[in-house]
Amino acid sequence: MPYKNKIAARAALEMRSGQVINLGIGIPNLILDYLPTGLEVFVQSENGILGIGPRCAAGSEDRNLIDAGANYVTLNRGASFFDSALSFALIRGGRVDLSFLGTLEVSQNGDLANWIIPGKMAPGIGGGMELAQKAKRVIVTTSHTTRDGGPKILTQCSLPLTARGCVKTIITELAVIDVTPQGLMLREIALESSLDEVQDKTAAPLLFPPGDIPRF
Amino acid sequence: MIDKTTTISNALNRVHAGHTVMVGGFGGPGTPFTLIEFLHQQGTKNLTLIKNDANEPGMGISKLLEAGQVQTLIASHIGLNPTAVAMMNRRELEVLLYPQGILAEKIRAGGAGLLGFLTDIGVDTILRDSREVIHLDGREAILERALRADVTLIHAAIADRAGNLIFAKSARNFCPLMATAADQVIVEAEMVVETGSLDPDQVHLPGAFVDFILALDELTPDYGILPQHAL
Repeated sequence: MPYKNKIAARAALEMRSGQVINLGIGIPNLILDYLPTGLEVFVQSENGILGIGPRCAAGSEDRNLIDAGANYVTLNRGASFFDSALSFALIRGGRVDLSFLGTLEVSQNGDLANWIIPGKMAPGIGGGMELAQKAKRVIVTTSHTTRDGGPKILTQCSLPLTARGCVKTIITELAVIDVTPQGLMLREIALESSLDEVQDKTAAPLLFPPGDIPRF
Repeated sequence: MIDKTTTISNALNRVHAGHTVMVGGFGGPGTPFTLIEFLHQQGTKNLTLIKNDANEPGMGISKLLEAGQVQTLIASHIGLNPTAVAMMNRRELEVLLYPQGILAEKIRAGGAGLLGFLTDIGVDTILRDSREVIHLDGREAILERALRADVTLIHAAIADRAGNLIFAKSARNFCPLMATAADQVIVEAEMVVETGSLDPDQVHLPGAFVDFILALDELTPDYGILPQHAL
């Protein structure tokens, strides 16, 4: 399985029935493909939809039905449409239970940096800042390292922040890591990885729970 | 009988050089491609545009940007338009970027006759460097000013002659908000029906916010399915 799909499949297990969920662009967008059977969640899209389903099969797209990443999507039962101000009332008002976001960097205290590389990339803020700051729980889904193999999980972010101390869990192709008041706690480790590899590729100290660490 | 339908030239005569123009749409849905195309042909310059995004190269407001008709773009995310990003980086285009819901709320506030509002979004980030930070009940907050425009251009699925509008699915997005926040509001509609034929419970925007309606004869390919976003 490609690493992005592995991350998405593991991330899908964090959802609970009844939750309102927002999926960011990139890996988060793949999560719906791995929705556990029987789980009923409402997926919000910032452009004004609650209740989107998986991406639309080729040939049956609706020109008026896209998600915030411009993908043609389907609708689940109980879906609704609304304007952009109401959509962000959902977000800033605290009605989004779970927000999955991609990232450039994340720090050991849960700081998130994912919207700008000064002088290089600054396409805009989109909905990410409001989701990061106001969703009840923020999960980062990301490759464990950068394209060059450098660490993304750091003691401190070097890039401008999206929001401070917002991330609760980090899911990568190598590990599931919780941000705790004591520091980064390794919760699960990938079948094909090792403690040494995870720590080696993480530029912040990891805490290990007592006993065997579950594999995924 | 009130009839707000008009010709495209009569409607777009209202847009003058130097105007601030709000343009509905989030990506394709809700973008008034036909009104934009005529504004492009009209050649009106020194515009300030307010739109969630910059569409995609060669489409929608990107045509206005590429033709040098736009001085300033106020938006949330222009990442799907590398042409606009390049213009911003070369400083050929001034771009002011806001968190998406803050942009929506600035428009909503302008439409509701408010001067601005206070928010904690971004108060711990570099956004504070370019914003006015004030103290409220012991907390820091960013003062966001309301936005208004000279003209708003939006797309609707159905209009009646009095201007009552129905939007389709995710094409609603910024359209009803922008319709409240401009001195003149021009709507292009896929279908125009007689006043009285819409169920009042189904109207998304009351006609009082609408000044001119253009009935679309056809939908150009820009309105269709974009293969780059399909599976």
